[in-house]
Amino acid sequence: MWGRLGLDAIQTNPVTLGAVVGALVGVLAVVVGLTYFKKWSWLWREWLTSLDPKKIGVMYIVVAFIMLLRGLADAAMLRAQQAVFATGPHSPISPDMFQQVFTAHGTIMIFFVAMGIIFGIINLIMPLQIGARDVAFPLLNAISFWLFAAGMVLINVSLGLGEFAAAGWLAYPPLSELAYSPGTGIDYWIWSLQIAGIGSLLSGVNFLVTIFTMRRPGMTLMKMPVFVWSVVGSLLLVAFAFPILTATLAMLALDRTLGMHFFTADMGGNPMMYINLIWAWGHPEVYILVLPAFGIFSEIVPVFSRKKLFGYKSMVWAIIAIMLLSFTVWLHHFFTMGAGADVNAFFGIMTMVIAIPTGVKVFNWIFTMYRGRVSFTTPMLWFMGFVTTFTLGGVTGVLMAVPGIDFQVHNSLFLVAHFHNMIIGGVVFGAFAGFAYWFPKFTGFRLHEGLGKIAFWCWLIGFLVAFIPLYILGFMGAVRRLDHYDPSLGWQGLFIVAGVGVMIILIGVLFQVLQLAYSIWKRKELAVGPDPWDARTLEWSTSTPIPEYNFATLDAVHTRDAFWTMKHSHKEKKSVKYEPIHVPKNTGFGVYIGAIAFVIGFAIIWHIWWLMAVGFMALIATVVASTQREDTEKTFSVHQITATEAKLWGTDV
Amino acid sequence: MKKRGKSFWNPIRVAICVVLLFVAVGVALWAYLQGKNVAVLDPQGVVAAHEKSLMIFTLLLSLVVVVPVFTMLFTIAWRYREGNPKKVKYTPDVDGSRWMETLWWGVPIVIIGILCVVTWVSTHQLDPYRALDSKVKPFRVQVVALQWKWLFIYPDYHVASLNQLKIPAKTPVNFEITADGPMSAFWVPNLGTQTYAMTGMSAQLSLMADHAGTYRGSNSNISGTGYADMTFDVQALPTRQAFYEWAKSIANDQCREHLAWDEYEQLAKPSIVNHAVYYHLHDDKLYTDVVNKYMMTGMDMNRMNMSHSDDHGGDDDVDGGSQCGVG
Repeated sequence: MWGRLGLDAIQTNPVTLGAVVGALVGVLAVVVGLTYFKKWSWLWREWLTSLDPKKIGVMYIVVAFIMLLRGLADAAMLRAQQAVFATGPHSPISPDMFQQVFTAHGTIMIFFVAMGIIFGIINLIMPLQIGARDVAFPLLNAISFWLFAAGMVLINVSLGLGEFAAAGWLAYPPLSELAYSPGTGIDYWIWSLQIAGIGSLLSGVNFLVTIFTMRRPGMTLMKMPVFVWSVVGSLLLVAFAFPILTATLAMLALDRTLGMHFFTADMGGNPMMYINLIWAWGHPEVYILVLPAFGIFSEIVPVFSRKKLFGYKSMVWAIIAIMLLSFTVWLHHFFTMGAGADVNAFFGIMTMVIAIPTGVKVFNWIFTMYRGRVSFTTPMLWFMGFVTTFTLGGVTGVLMAVPGIDFQVHNSLFLVAHFHNMIIGGVVFGAFAGFAYWFPKFTGFRLHEGLGKIAFWCWLIGFLVAFIPLYILGFMGAVRRLDHYDPSLGWQGLFIVAGVGVMIILIGVLFQVLQLAYSIWKRKELAVGPDPWDARTLEWSTSTPIPEYNFATLDAVHTRDAFWTMKHSHKEKKSVKYEPIHVPKNTGFGVYIGAIAFVIGFAIIWHIWWLMAVGFMALIATVVASTQREDTEKTFSVHQITATEAKLWGTDV
Repeated sequence: MKKRGKSFWNPIRVAICVVLLFVAVGVALWAYLQGKNVAVLDPQGVVAAHEKSLMIFTLLLSLVVVVPVFTMLFTIAWRYREGNPKKVKYTPDVDGSRWMETLWWGVPIVIIGILCVVTWVSTHQLDPYRALDSKVKPFRVQVVALQWKWLFIYPDYHVASLNQLKIPAKTPVNFEITADGPMSAFWVPNLGTQTYAMTGMSAQLSLMADHAGTYRGSNSNISGTGYADMTFDVQALPTRQAFYEWAKSIANDQCREHLAWDEYEQLAKPSIVNHAVYYHLHDDKLYTDVVNKYMMTGMDMNRMNMSHSDDHGGDDDVDGGSQCGVG
């Protein structure tokens, strides 16, 4: 009846039990709070069923932030183990659990934190920047989010019920095959990623269509803000790379559940093919994450330098170059697999070539500041920190692109330090910069600058203290994912330093939470108008709070920094004429489909076949039902728009 | 706008502090690393030495870009800061410069171009499949990555060792590497180039130790719960003669365990062994059979196992292991 699921599936390890109890208490507190304040129907009406990309974006970011806390807790556990317990025999964390923790850390940070933040920011900003009122397929957008949320819930269920994967964040076979990982861990990994990944793919296609069809009249491709360009690059990669992930995960699932042999060690299976496929998705994935971060910096630097972006066309071509090249480098992840010198050298060279367009972007940002008026707000500090750390990461990346050097540092902590350099220095710093920059647009008040700056310095210093020792440890022969090592090697000192670095980062996170709380508390004093930075792009042209329809009128744009031109042109303002605006009505179908996807995933993981069948039938029924909806739009009449606009802008408009 | 001219932290003070900080960290690090084995930077073999010099060359070449980036980033940001009391130019509408953009597309292209040539040549020179240039006759070792042990077979000497690799110094060693279990990776940082060990495949690798000594080797690819224990010592013996004498002593020692297919199958079961074990090799085809184990269909495997029992089943009694008690 219940497949593999029995009472013995419940985790009893004290460490996990603590985490599970903590999480359950948290959930319970939220439930009690919502009930006490009678907010359930508000939550359902205003948020969960919303098809407004602004609200979906906020929900993405909330989920990503909660997952960031989990991923950081995992990281802290890893470093604590390696700094304190790794040399002694009595560790609270068994090797098996340690391997689950680092697998969860990697998986969560990439799929549920970085992806969540990036898709959240795209939802929030992209439609506004192209001057649109919505995305192309609003319901699909909600479904994408709820699939992402379903994957997130599934991965967290593994904490209490069963186990999580212990094969690294990319689950190389044959280790991830049934023969070596018979438990539910890899299945949790497969299905949480599969469900979230399908969400990402749908969302990618949705946004691409949005960008290509819903731009303001007059906004040609070469007039789009660079952030939108970076999103185009990122989403084209999503559209081409995520199907590879879906197929690869499906094959691994077939191996594990139906006894097939795509990637097994025996019976003609080929693990190398998996590694090829997973990196054919995995390397573009890195750029899926980092391109939007580049886009964010391309918005911030001109605004805070009060200058046009330097070399717009270079920036665009650099994005396109990076996008194309990112599909030609996957093999550098296994130079040491014996591919032969010609193949290795070719892929090494392709990898280095990516450094050229990336370097061009850095120079363009720096020269955007040249002869500008640079104000060092928090977003700008994140930018400065980004260039510093990302450049270091770029150097180590070029080092590892040379096969002869990679032969020595591959799979060592040098590699771990390198990619944290790129992901934290690039994606995370970019996300924080964007968060501080766009926050007032959506809330009407700024974040507290002082606390934000302290958080920045903690992150930057903590990051250097945490990861520079890893470069040295890599040279000393320390490989990644070690739960213990011989004390005579003399590694412990550096591991302790790295642990201190993680603690400094955690203090930084604490300051960020503090900053958010304090800013909300002091929101009256920190209140700002709709355009607090004197910005350049269309999202700042609308009022704050942003009306559900984003823009009352869709005036044509004529230049790149459309809003800047609008503000600085001395043309007489024409009298505005409104027309009725249609926006999609809320619907719960996104939530239903997410919930059903969760049930299906859970049923397959535990081999509860009847539940899986029921789930699939429910899925089909729900999709059919969703197509039968007729009353899908609500309309803002001219009268309503006039009233709303007058209220938002004050009476003088 | 706020004035910031009076700040204690003027750029010169900041720069001095930063430099001092770097010096202090550098000195502390140098002191800490004294007497510690920073293996990658302390090559003990020709391959690792080549890889180290390649790394230094690439690093220096990268600095050609990195130094200007850092210099420009901080000087430009500081010079054009809002509220700079000095009069600096402000040109809000300048959005490009053909020659500057040419410069920063061009210079990286040139640098990467140089690096491409170096990469092409060095990758071919360092190709693990290429035998090392040497007048000395190469030495042959077969490596099997087990769960979670390393088995080293010396087919020319009829001995094998577990978790300890013995090689003669100043002699190119040709490794053949496979796995019986999850993918692992064979890495001896002092000697250079790591290589993945995979089931059903036999990778090749040539390394050489410049002089006698003991080096640390490990598995660098996650292979399950015993992964962190999958380390081994590399003992580079002074001469091939020394190795030959060691091998003879193992082969002649009646009390040593024997290694043929059946014993191998026992050994291949997942376990952690933290010490070295030496074997008298009773099956010259052992390595080939391990590679072939995963190339067969299930039915063939059974047949192979049976045939092994037939072929080698009798060997166990030949040397009369009973004299030795529990080995």
